[in-house]
Amino acid sequence: MIVIDYDKVLSDKIKNIKPSGIRKFFDIAGTMEDVISLGVGEPDFNTPWAIRKAAIKVLERKHIIYGPNKGLGSLRSVISDTINKKHGVKYDPDKEIIVTVGGSEAIDLTLRGLLDPGDEVLVVEPCFVCYAPLVELAGGVPVSVRTRIENNFKLTLEDFRDKITERTKLLILPFPNNPTGAVMTKEDLEPIADFLRDTDIMVLTDEIYSELTYGRKHFSIIELEGMRERTVYVNGFSKAYAMTGWRLGYVTAPEPVISQIAKIHQYGIMCSPFISQNAAVEALTSCDEEVAKMVAEYNTRRRYLVGEFNRLGLTCFNPEGAFYVFPCIKSTGLTSEEFCERLLFEERVAAVPGSAFGESGEGYMRISYAYSLKHLMEAIHRIEKFLKKLEAEKS
Amino acid sequence: MKDIIRILQQNARISDAALGEMLGISAEEAAARIEKLEKDGVIKGYSVIVDDDLYDKSIVYATIELKVTPQRDCGFDDIAKTIMMYDEVESVSLMSSGAYDLAVEVKGDNLKDVAFFVSERLATIDGILSTSTHFILKKYKEKGIFIDNEEPDERGIV
Repeated sequence: MIVIDYDKVLSDKIKNIKPSGIRKFFDIAGTMEDVISLGVGEPDFNTPWAIRKAAIKVLERKHIIYGPNKGLGSLRSVISDTINKKHGVKYDPDKEIIVTVGGSEAIDLTLRGLLDPGDEVLVVEPCFVCYAPLVELAGGVPVSVRTRIENNFKLTLEDFRDKITERTKLLILPFPNNPTGAVMTKEDLEPIADFLRDTDIMVLTDEIYSELTYGRKHFSIIELEGMRERTVYVNGFSKAYAMTGWRLGYVTAPEPVISQIAKIHQYGIMCSPFISQNAAVEALTSCDEEVAKMVAEYNTRRRYLVGEFNRLGLTCFNPEGAFYVFPCIKSTGLTSEEFCERLLFEERVAAVPGSAFGESGEGYMRISYAYSLKHLMEAIHRIEKFLKKLEAEKS
Repeated sequence: MKDIIRILQQNARISDAALGEMLGISAEEAAARIEKLEKDGVIKGYSVIVDDDLYDKSIVYATIELKVTPQRDCGFDDIAKTIMMYDEVESVSLMSSGAYDLAVEVKGDNLKDVAFFVSERLATIDGILSTSTHFILKKYKEKGIFIDNEEPDERGIV
């Protein structure tokens, strides 16, 4: 038998990319019984019925085809209307919008379309795990920018100004933020926009959690003067409409950027799923009330968790977006990985260590509240028990 | 008010402190709001949802469809009020179907008890034209709570 030396066959570039750190930890959790998980990043609600019904209608009556590369015209048109209604910014449905396979593809396309080897990308941390590896895959160099608890994990100009070099090409702005739940207001974004306007640095704003904000409406950097021109805007259907499995997102940007990344999408993906796209039109046109209901339920859980973690002595700032809280576990003297590992093995609660989202997440853990109140109350009960045990160990 | 009812419908035994946290108010304020809802009659009471397969397998539930002659001035109210006074009756609802008028849920210790209750107590009330009894074999969900086991959570960690 001829044996292939796979080490020689496989790309060095990919070999050097580390697999996601949370994976192995949660593979263990998956084998344990009676585990209360707080680890998911997707809604516990089902896709609103109107959307599912629209998909069924397509299955019954339509020929399931590829469809246009950039996405169905009807969908691009309602995406354009939706952004205009929310932010007062217009994108041409024909030339400035691509419907993608989830927000993730939109991020990947943007990075590949913009980066040349050695280009630097400012990655605002803590953040979702995909940015740095995708920057590397695109030949770029991720430069981490740490946000701080003193600022409630908002990005300030001071956080990144001294990281800028002549190779800096792009700033990734992930707000509302996974894992911290932090949001950026108009006042927070203005100084950043003022600074960027005089540079050639582009912005990739990942606004996938834009509909999930509590107490205030989401504000986008594209609304600020001169920012539409230098911003690639990414959003999608997964979080707001509980449509994760439908794999649908979109990217909007000035025409030259879209024409560039349309080539990658066209050759690599061809087009986004036809059934999902038809259903997504329904999401944007008739589901505001359903979204409001989900937001109300998330908000109840959010307030409960923030209150409980503060009561338990794990200081938790008030996150105004997404569906995560990010309590600080430094008072226990453990690292976030130690804390989460012991919490899993001793009380069977699975939470994600903050360090999985970048070094600046060390000392925190990410708690998802895409779970029923009943589930969350049981989790808090177990965490309280665990903290009492830690306390007893100390004395 | 909507938020408080929504939370209590999921778990009426929640503490005032936790309820307050969820609503962003103090425990005292939460207790006061519940008290007001009770006084105003919006909240009528609290009950418990039981899996009878685990608690008492012999308990029998039936839904009875009643056709009724409406009465001058009070329509169906008078008969409905007569029916609801029986301890065996769990719920009475006026229906819009046209096929029947009142839906009555009856609970009994065994099949015979329920059958006799219908034929001797309900069917004999003046104004009741006919009864149709449907025994409940299994309850999957009640008041938003799963009785049959919930589907396992298949979501992965991301």
